[in-house]
Amino acid sequence: MDLRRPNRPVIGPKVRQVGFVTPDSAAATSSSSIPAVSAAAAASAGSPPSSLSPVMIPPPRHPSTEMSNPHFHPVGSYNPSEQILGSPPALSPSRSSRFDADGSDFGGDDDESVALSGVGGGMTPKSSLLMCQPVTKTAPLVSETRKRDSNASKGKGEGPSAAPKEKLTKAERRATQEAQRAAKAAAKEAAAAGGAPSVSKQPKPATKPATQQKKDIPSGSGPLQPLAPSGSIEKKQGKKEVAAPHPRMQFDDMTKVGKLKKRAVVNQSEARNRVELFRHLPQYEHGTQLPDLESKFFQLDLIHPSVYQVGLQFLSDKISGGNARCIAMLLAFKEVIQDYTTPPEKTLTRDLGAKVGSCVSFLIECRPLSVSMGNAIRFLKNRISSLPHNLSDKEAKSRLQSDIDRFINEKIIIASKAIVEHGVSKIRDGDVLLTYGSPSVVESIFAYAHGIKKNFRVVVVDSRPKHEGQGLLRRLVERGIHCTYTHLNAVSYVMHEVTRVFLGASSVLSNGTVYSRVGTACVAMVAHAFRVPVLVCCEAYKFHERVQLDSICSNELGDPDAISKVSGRKDLNYLDGWAQNENIQLLNLKYDATPSDYVSVLVTEQGMLPPTSVPVIIREYGIERLWT
Amino acid sequence: MDPPMDFQVVVLAGGTSDKLSPLVSKELPKALLPVANKPLLSYPLELLEASNLKNIIVVVEGDEAATQVESWLSVAYMDRLNVEVVKTPGDVGTVGAIRAVAPFLISTDILIVSGDLVSDISPGAIAATHRRHGAAVTALFCPAPVSGGADSSTSGGKDKAKKPSRCNIVGLDPTRQFLLHVVSGAKVEKDIHIQKRIVRAVGQMEIRSDFMDAHVYAFKRTVLLDVLEKENLYSIKQDVLPYLVRTQLRSEISAKKENSADESSNGATKELPSEDININSAVPSNQNLRWLSQHREIAPSSYQDIHISDCDKNKSRLAKKTHKCCIYLSGKTQYCARLNSVQAFGDINRDMLGEASRITGYTFSAQNNVVHPTVVQGAKTTAGGQCIIAEGTILGDKCSVKRSVIGRHCRIGSNVKIVNSIVMNHITIEDNCTIQGSVISSNVQIQERASLKDCQVSAGYVITAGSEYKSEPLTKR
Repeated sequence: MDLRRPNRPVIGPKVRQVGFVTPDSAAATSSSSIPAVSAAAAASAGSPPSSLSPVMIPPPRHPSTEMSNPHFHPVGSYNPSEQILGSPPALSPSRSSRFDADGSDFGGDDDESVALSGVGGGMTPKSSLLMCQPVTKTAPLVSETRKRDSNASKGKGEGPSAAPKEKLTKAERRATQEAQRAAKAAAKEAAAAGGAPSVSKQPKPATKPATQQKKDIPSGSGPLQPLAPSGSIEKKQGKKEVAAPHPRMQFDDMTKVGKLKKRAVVNQSEARNRVELFRHLPQYEHGTQLPDLESKFFQLDLIHPSVYQVGLQFLSDKISGGNARCIAMLLAFKEVIQDYTTPPEKTLTRDLGAKVGSCVSFLIECRPLSVSMGNAIRFLKNRISSLPHNLSDKEAKSRLQSDIDRFINEKIIIASKAIVEHGVSKIRDGDVLLTYGSPSVVESIFAYAHGIKKNFRVVVVDSRPKHEGQGLLRRLVERGIHCTYTHLNAVSYVMHEVTRVFLGASSVLSNGTVYSRVGTACVAMVAHAFRVPVLVCCEAYKFHERVQLDSICSNELGDPDAISKVSGRKDLNYLDGWAQNENIQLLNLKYDATPSDYVSVLVTEQGMLPPTSVPVIIREYGIERLWT
Repeated sequence: MDPPMDFQVVVLAGGTSDKLSPLVSKELPKALLPVANKPLLSYPLELLEASNLKNIIVVVEGDEAATQVESWLSVAYMDRLNVEVVKTPGDVGTVGAIRAVAPFLISTDILIVSGDLVSDISPGAIAATHRRHGAAVTALFCPAPVSGGADSSTSGGKDKAKKPSRCNIVGLDPTRQFLLHVVSGAKVEKDIHIQKRIVRAVGQMEIRSDFMDAHVYAFKRTVLLDVLEKENLYSIKQDVLPYLVRTQLRSEISAKKENSADESSNGATKELPSEDININSAVPSNQNLRWLSQHREIAPSSYQDIHISDCDKNKSRLAKKTHKCCIYLSGKTQYCARLNSVQAFGDINRDMLGEASRITGYTFSAQNNVVHPTVVQGAKTTAGGQCIIAEGTILGDKCSVKRSVIGRHCRIGSNVKIVNSIVMNHITIEDNCTIQGSVISSNVQIQERASLKDCQVSAGYVITAGSEYKSEPLTKR
């Protein structure tokens, strides 16, 4: 890749380990290359090492993570923790150079990135776990305290983890210990020696493994888990789950899956050969679910017809896209509330909450909820439970319905209008704009910009198997916008001519990670390598306080047949009957996580923000604060 | 009591059909014709009951038939189903039947099931498909039975000439979810006229003639009632469905109802805030929001949306006057048949004994037959496989029954051979008769040494001793 903008200051390449990294090799390479990189980083924390060329792939670990954890932890896909600690200050010059006209927008950029680096420092141990703990409401607080700390220790640069270590909360300390033990187990396996790990640090779960082990043995020996060496790591995770119950369902836990199946309405026959790393996500035999659910149409009296309809539409992918799904769900809930009558000897606040809960669990069975839907549900339940008790049924229902209307109107519709206003200000005449997939807000931005006679061109990047971009392309072309259509494979070529990248997001997490349609991270990385600013457009109601560093721990698996079959090419039949073959595992991920340092700016209804400001938005404008 | 899932069910039980002429009479309406010794109407009713649909409206043609059906229903389904019988004058067609029950219809969607349907396809699946697409009408189509096959060779070569009239011509979109073209049975002409605009909107249309309309429809109530206001409609299958399919892209029905809502949503201000970004705009109406959330749907075939935008370009604001006509295609493993001819009666009875025996609810014995314990069999009498013999029947010595249904309280003499036949209730067959491939209605007396082959005998007929009949309907004069 030759860069066509040689006059710009070249920043060191963002180097990361992409893909699935085996512990041994990574440990070996990291240990060999760390001294040099850490020395460079220590010498110049803020200034970019200009000598590196963009195609080099050294795997540097940040010194701080190495110091806090002597052993390497098995981490899934790319591990962005080091970038979070080191790079945001380094990034800001490039941003301001690109957005020189609007430098004022990024006035608070430095402060915010420091704050985030503090968060990152606090969270680093968590990043090394395969399962990421959702940091619930404490996250903004943590960032607050860290802000001061890391402001003080900013000069030191390389050692923020030593100072805040004393101030870790109990949960964080436990997480660190878990990480260290997992690392030890990995090291032990690498050495193939049965050295006793020092479990004495944490005596509490010492009794648990025995029971957990029993449960694990049948599942581990079964054909579903052919990878025997991973057993000990899984055991560790299982223990951790006992110690601190995980809020998210882990689908590699056979007993829990069994329990869930008993309750399930939708026929959920587990797909047989799933990818090892994604066992914790639900994957069912697609194709059997819809006919089965449809044939039970009249048997499920408890589910409201409109919820059922929405569930069917989710299951058949008839409604997709974060905003569309959220609106459809809320409208269905509105009808549920409309038809609701409080049973005798029950109170509306409790009973309606339970009813909404059962609807939600039905929808989850149809398709896992998106973050936006989760936030909307949380809002609705909050409203239900905070209703005054002396209200009559009618008043309460009308109040809830108008709440839902207001949510849709203010948080989704008006928000997207505001985003359009902000986003259009970044489009100049002669721009070449790139987008990926079919984000609704970005479509509106383009349409509006075209409406006010801006002169620009659009590159629509698409990907198999959903080809969502074709719909967007068609709508844009019909408006008279000049478009180029290409697939993700060609993004590195087409990025040469692009001046702005507009992306949509399913969610933005509090460390600035953008959780979006799979492939978005790839586009953002290529854009970053080409110094093209990446604007992520996302309504603030999709923000979530969770911290997530990779796209493994929470994701969604699509129908594997969708990627094994190529429409229109019947002769490509190499994968026919793959489900019978034990050696093939197909992975059709639906989402991926883009680390915040590939995102130049987040466009929200609150304005254009650096991705590091997400915790502030969550704190100040969060769902809980809506009309409370 | 609210209808489940906002669906009401109407069963069109018909009256005394001409097509089944020697078998059906005033005494025995079509609905009560025994199929595998159970009245025909019990098949759709039990299918609906299995889907938890307990409130059913049954429409019967003719007063006498209605009284008979009602009295049977009150006995058979007294505490199981809540059935309401509505009677219509004869010969008003299916549309007339629906007109008669129109005042009772209150729910959002109506499921119309033909009373002569013998099937194990869950009506819920059709209803759910209907809901999922938000369609105006969803029709069940199943692969047409291969008549003239191995089985029907014994049941006579008649009706072969009439066979083409039963075939439909059906146009489907590539995903086989939408119904784009339908010409049913009698109206098939030499040429097929297909609307260009529909093909243009879809891009590709698959035309099949091997699907059969199973006469199960889910209608949106508003659409159905609007259609009923029109004149010159007689049959749902031949008039209403083709009309809806024909007008799906220039719908007058949905235009009338939703015009006001569409006007504002067609401005597309929700999705494109081009004209006014007014923060204080009112809460959008429900209709618009639903449109907003679904218009971007990436359905396998979003052709209508595409077509809408086509219209937008050419003729401004003419869009959205569409309704969807969906199709539910049954699988190959599911059984689906309509009893609308004498031959179908024989075929269905045979299928009930053979491949589709699960529908009957009988448990077959080791010899693959159902013989009621009260049946008295003489010496050396054999009841072969695929037989049903109901209670109280007495068989003499050296009888042989193969692949046949024998009703209640029949008296069959010795050395009688019954192959491939349907013998209804209270029939006397004397010694040394041979009955092959025939249908014998109730209260028939067959005297000794008679031989019947491929005959239909009407109720109360007396066949004299030693007579031989072949391939003819025998009616009492």
